[in-house]
Amino acid sequence: MSEHHGPAKGIKRWIFATNHKDIGTLYLWFSFAMFIIGGAFAMIIRAELFQPGLQMISPEFFNQMTTMHGLVMVFGAIMPSFVGLANWLIPMMIGAPDMALPRMNNLSFWLLPFAFTVLLSSLFMEGGAPNFGWTFYAPLSTTYAPPSVTFFIFGVHLMGASSIMGSINIIATVMNMRAPGMTYMKMPLFVWTWLITAFLLVAVMPVLAGAVTMMLMDIHFGTSFFNAAGGGDPVLFQHVFWFFGHPEVYIIILPAFGVVSQIIPAFSRKPLFGYDSMVYATASIAFLSFIVWAHHMYTVGMPIAGELFFMYATMLIAVPTGVKVFNWITTMFKGSITFETPMLFSIGFVFLFTIGGFTGLMLAIAPADVQYHDSYFVVAHFHYVMVAGAVFSMSAAIYYWLPKWCGRMYDETMGKVHFWIAFIGFNIAFFPQHFVGLAGMPRRIPDYALQFTDFNMMSSIGAFIYGAAQILFLFNVIRTIVAGKKVDDPQVWEGAQGLEWTIPTPAPYHTFTTPPQVK
Amino acid sequence: MADSAQHRNSIRSTVSRLLLVVACMFAFVFVVMVPLYNVLCDALGINGKTGGRYEAVSAEVDTSRTIKIQFVARNNDDMPWQFGPTDKVIRVHPGELGSTTFFAKNPALQDMVAQAIPSIVPARAAAYFNKTECFCFNQQPLKAGEEADLPLQFIVDQALPEDIQTITLSYTLFDVTDRVASAN
Ligand code: HEM
Ligand SMILES: [Cu+2]
Repeated sequence: MSEHHGPAKGIKRWIFATNHKDIGTLYLWFSFAMFIIGGAFAMIIRAELFQPGLQMISPEFFNQMTTMHGLVMVFGAIMPSFVGLANWLIPMMIGAPDMALPRMNNLSFWLLPFAFTVLLSSLFMEGGAPNFGWTFYAPLSTTYAPPSVTFFIFGVHLMGASSIMGSINIIATVMNMRAPGMTYMKMPLFVWTWLITAFLLVAVMPVLAGAVTMMLMDIHFGTSFFNAAGGGDPVLFQHVFWFFGHPEVYIIILPAFGVVSQIIPAFSRKPLFGYDSMVYATASIAFLSFIVWAHHMYTVGMPIAGELFFMYATMLIAVPTGVKVFNWITTMFKGSITFETPMLFSIGFVFLFTIGGFTGLMLAIAPADVQYHDSYFVVAHFHYVMVAGAVFSMSAAIYYWLPKWCGRMYDETMGKVHFWIAFIGFNIAFFPQHFVGLAGMPRRIPDYALQFTDFNMMSSIGAFIYGAAQILFLFNVIRTIVAGKKVDDPQVWEGAQGLEWTIPTPAPYHTFTTPPQVK
Repeated sequence: MADSAQHRNSIRSTVSRLLLVVACMFAFVFVVMVPLYNVLCDALGINGKTGGRYEAVSAEVDTSRTIKIQFVARNNDDMPWQFGPTDKVIRVHPGELGSTTFFAKNPALQDMVAQAIPSIVPARAAAYFNKTECFCFNQQPLKAGEEADLPLQFIVDQALPEDIQTITLSYTLFDVTDRVASAN
């Protein structure tokens, strides 16, 4: 291998990219593009829901929008963005020159644009895009699905393959490429959370692939996995889906836990409180996530023993989650805190994620969930954990590491404005959804009863504000890359800890070609 | 160290072990989850699924209890047949052979094939509701305009929990004409 060559020129640099930093960049820009597209779908949904009645779009198209919004955000925006972060940071954090499998890395990224072209192209097909919700319950997604469902299945297979390859790469890197002295219990928490996430992905993405394969066979090859007429059972679909689906929500949130566990100590100027317990908490959350899936199915008619088991198991997850929240707060306690943008987003994360955790606990109560299920309360719950959780932590991560990556500082004022607009917009958008949900407004409907009007208007206005904040974010990032104030201090942030802050700023194309010695 | 053969081997072995996990989890869906789900539902009577044909065993009739059996019929989706129970309710003792019929008529202009799918409420009773004869064991073809009385015979097990006094048996009728045609 020839050392010290720079990147290839032009478009080839990206098409044939094998450098972990290039691939990380590709992932991050791709996921931001998906974030914008998924966000546009959300704006259409919220515009329609601004008033009761049908004003802008047909109910059929509304269903396509909710479905595509969910799919694009989960599989196109959040998941790839954290894979991008992993690519950029894991080698730099463990003192490795690159990922273990650079060429597979290239393939796993480049499958994604194809997957999403296939998925999004279904919007222009006869019969329209998938309209059965991001959870694609059978028989809506089999017997009653639009013809484009076959493209959807193909798209899911592609992105599943991409995720599996990405996570194999991460595990192989962490297990084999750590610098001498970098023992497992010295790894930064971001690396730990990603290692565990990658194991979750390897375990459950094949289950998702199995679910869509069964759908494909039911639709085209006359099998009856989910078709009652042929002896199958639609409830089986829900079991298979949620066996994937619940670990999936932790796949989304664990790397976010990792990010804030890096950032909060840096701006509190104190080491992370309870490192070991953080690792064990993450591992137990991952383990528990496999035995709670049916808390999404309390209303399908499970036997009472099943309801009770899944209820208690779900509540048990609150324990390790509580340990984490406790540790973050204790890390801040008596620290000399400063409130730069990454820290603001991290504190926003801890605060709002905890609210989402509480509503999760409410939903976990089986008898109560009979009322909450499929209402806007559920929508509020998962936006608190996924937007204020995953997306806030992603914003924090970009502000925190961008100066390291490109050697230029973002505009702090603009960053803070971004945070406050996002924070306020987010809460205006999603807090009222708790109330309309409890009062009985079902999710996934284009029209609603008059008494829900005020809260829905608030929600829509908040959503537009939150959406606008992202434009500011994009502007700030681009401005930083092309014209931000130069920084050359390797440390960048006074309190930052970890190997990535020992290399020059901006991070050179090749780092740690000779491994550092970790004490 | 970064490129030593040993290093590459250890990466390779990590990757192959992970690929094995992926393959196993994919197989797990088909060879474990699906069969296990069906077995569990059958064994525990979850979901109100009833079992297959039951061979009657000579057993005492428990005349101290009377169980009310209600029959419900509905058509799936846009299945056009007329379909309903001849008796809405019958009363049987546990251990006694009960029998009734369901009426079906195909009013369509073409021959059709139907499949009835049973379901029991309360689901706990499903394991004690044994059918010795049921039209739901087979697909039911009816020519255009044809009608039929479809037989059902059952025995409620003596071990039926004491607190269950009423059992509702529901049939949903599915149009499987296309499935049968494409299978041939
Ligand atoms: C303390 C932790 C949590 C608990 C106890 C919990 C509990 C629940 C329960 C019981 C439901 C089902 C509600 C219903 O459909 O009736 C639910 C839905 C959901 N949760 Fe959570 N949750 C927790 C954390 C999270 C996290 C961290 C995420 C993702 C980052 C998440 C994402 C979701 C999503 C996406 C749904 C809705 C799925 C759908 O039907 O579309 N949850 N949660
Ligand atoms: Cu869940």
